[in-house]
Amino acid sequence: MSSRERILSRVKANQPGSHTESEKKINVTNDFDVVAMFRETLVSIGGSVVEITHESEIIDKLSTLLPARAVTNVLNPNDGHKKAGRPHDLQNTDVAILRAEFGVAENGAIWITDSTMIDRALPFICLHLVLVIRKSEIVPTMHEAYEKIAGARYEFGTFIAGPSKTADIEQSLVLGAHGAKTMTCVIVSA
Amino acid sequence: MKTKSPITDHASLAEKFNRDESRVDWHDKTLWFVREKRDRAARQLPEWEQLRERASQIKSDVLSHLHEYLLEFEKNARSNGVFVHWAETPEEHNAIVQKIIADQGVDSIVKSKSMLTEECHLNEYLESKGITVVDTDLGERIVQLAGEPPSHIVLPCIHWKKEEIGELFHKHLGTPKGNADPIFLTEAARHHLREKFMASRVAITGVNFAVAETGEIVVCTNEGNADLGVQLADVHIACMGIEKVIPKRKDLGVFLRLLARSATGQPVTTYSSHFQKPRAGQQMHIVLVDNGRSERLASDDFRNALKCIRCGACFNTCPVYRRSGGHSYHTAVAGPIGSILAPGLDMKAYGDLPFASTLCGSCSNVCPVKIDIHDQLYKWRQVITESGYASWQKTKGMHVMSDTLSSPSRYNRAGKLMRWLLRNFPIVVNNRLNPWFRQRELPEAPEESFREWYTKHRKA
Repeated sequence: MSSRERILSRVKANQPGSHTESEKKINVTNDFDVVAMFRETLVSIGGSVVEITHESEIIDKLSTLLPARAVTNVLNPNDGHKKAGRPHDLQNTDVAILRAEFGVAENGAIWITDSTMIDRALPFICLHLVLVIRKSEIVPTMHEAYEKIAGARYEFGTFIAGPSKTADIEQSLVLGAHGAKTMTCVIVSA
Repeated sequence: MKTKSPITDHASLAEKFNRDESRVDWHDKTLWFVREKRDRAARQLPEWEQLRERASQIKSDVLSHLHEYLLEFEKNARSNGVFVHWAETPEEHNAIVQKIIADQGVDSIVKSKSMLTEECHLNEYLESKGITVVDTDLGERIVQLAGEPPSHIVLPCIHWKKEEIGELFHKHLGTPKGNADPIFLTEAARHHLREKFMASRVAITGVNFAVAETGEIVVCTNEGNADLGVQLADVHIACMGIEKVIPKRKDLGVFLRLLARSATGQPVTTYSSHFQKPRAGQQMHIVLVDNGRSERLASDDFRNALKCIRCGACFNTCPVYRRSGGHSYHTAVAGPIGSILAPGLDMKAYGDLPFASTLCGSCSNVCPVKIDIHDQLYKWRQVITESGYASWQKTKGMHVMSDTLSSPSRYNRAGKLMRWLLRNFPIVVNNRLNPWFRQRELPEAPEESFREWYTKHRKA
């Protein structure tokens, strides 16, 4: 017998009788202003929020937002097909501007999948990350978030909530551990 | 190279930690600060208790149908193009991981946080085979450079002061002597580890949740180290205990709401990454490890410990953990949860741990999946004593106690004698030979017991 078979047969023999409790419904608190809550939460965890009307305003808005030296090789989602090469080639990306799917108000997280990442490494390897969502795409809590993606067929997807951070040295919060040092969410209302 | 502390008991290791009183106070306060952040985050959600109940229920369902969920997960992961491996023991797990690395012909890899690989002592094993492991979580890298195991599952170097980390980085990373600024040190670690990410072709991660329905795994970090490692590597190896599987993707809604709030008081971790399929040209392996879990499943008393999602809330709230430090538990997962997990693996080596508790129950109150931790601590004490693994002083003491408490006359006589002794010759109990008095002061003994007082006044 293989390890697989031995483990599975022990699990089968030892697992307790059928669990019969009925699924209790959670009374989710979600009757708040989702945009205001999203903005407040994301800022509280070190992110920034920029609200614009049309996507065309993005570059203008960001030039004032990011230090000039950083805006060197912006990867615009409009011309953002994957450039041939290894993910390592993205190492010197200062700013990545990526279209994401939606935001979650309760925790400031933004869901993005490989289909709009250009490269899976990009949201993590760039210095400054900008994620673009529509105002109508913000959901109240993670329950609504998973309802949205329950049947989604992504290969890699991630919730990103703010910049990379650590508090491993004496609980002092430091932004920019290994991933992006800043994270900005652009909310487009039109 | 990590050094395992020599096996010794919690009490003597805690005593060592307690020699530096101001450090103990600092450690205690730092962890209590995290516990308070957890409280604030929990109170912001009116449905918090319902979430805990639901999470516990989902995990009960998982444990009742683990066989079916494991098969479903394996099937879906395989159809996603993932290699699935099974390991009964830590040795088998380590050999599987080493083989995958050897097939790539590399001698250095990066690894993000995984308590399972700590449990299996993977680093030591790989190093013995000539493979360098770079832990990429900042806290884990710090303890790794110092040659120590982590002292906390979420905050691996919570016992280190920033000046000591400055000194460590000066020695290993060449930072200026005397610089202990957390921002500066984090930046230095970022550069040091970015080089490792760029050079490593194999990345190991842990697994927070594995979804049976989809075959995907979810890995949560704040630093982004798991993602950077995996996305730059040709091969991703994810190591998990078999109990990490959950039924459906939507269950993540419940667990991700609880995990970071319970761990650090954050509303969610910065990155909650869902790995379903490897990217084109990349290999993804998942190693499912048993190591005693399937046996534990049979025990009505101790099964629920398998619900643990490794948030560390029980560590931060525990009055014993906060004042004795993670290394006093001499096991990969310390704290209250570690004290009920470890004896299941080796009662002889870890029989001391269930006694490292006041049974105050705070651990059970903060547990996001409602594990009855303090009840299990209490039950382990009985199992351990009955099996003869408790220290002889404890066993003897318990026998004397049991004889005395089971006879009213013996109890009354003993009470009288003790009150008289304590009033006239306190040295009889309060001496160097009695370990109970090492950290305690004696209250003044009353002249009479309540029973004596009551009998007298009732007559009058």
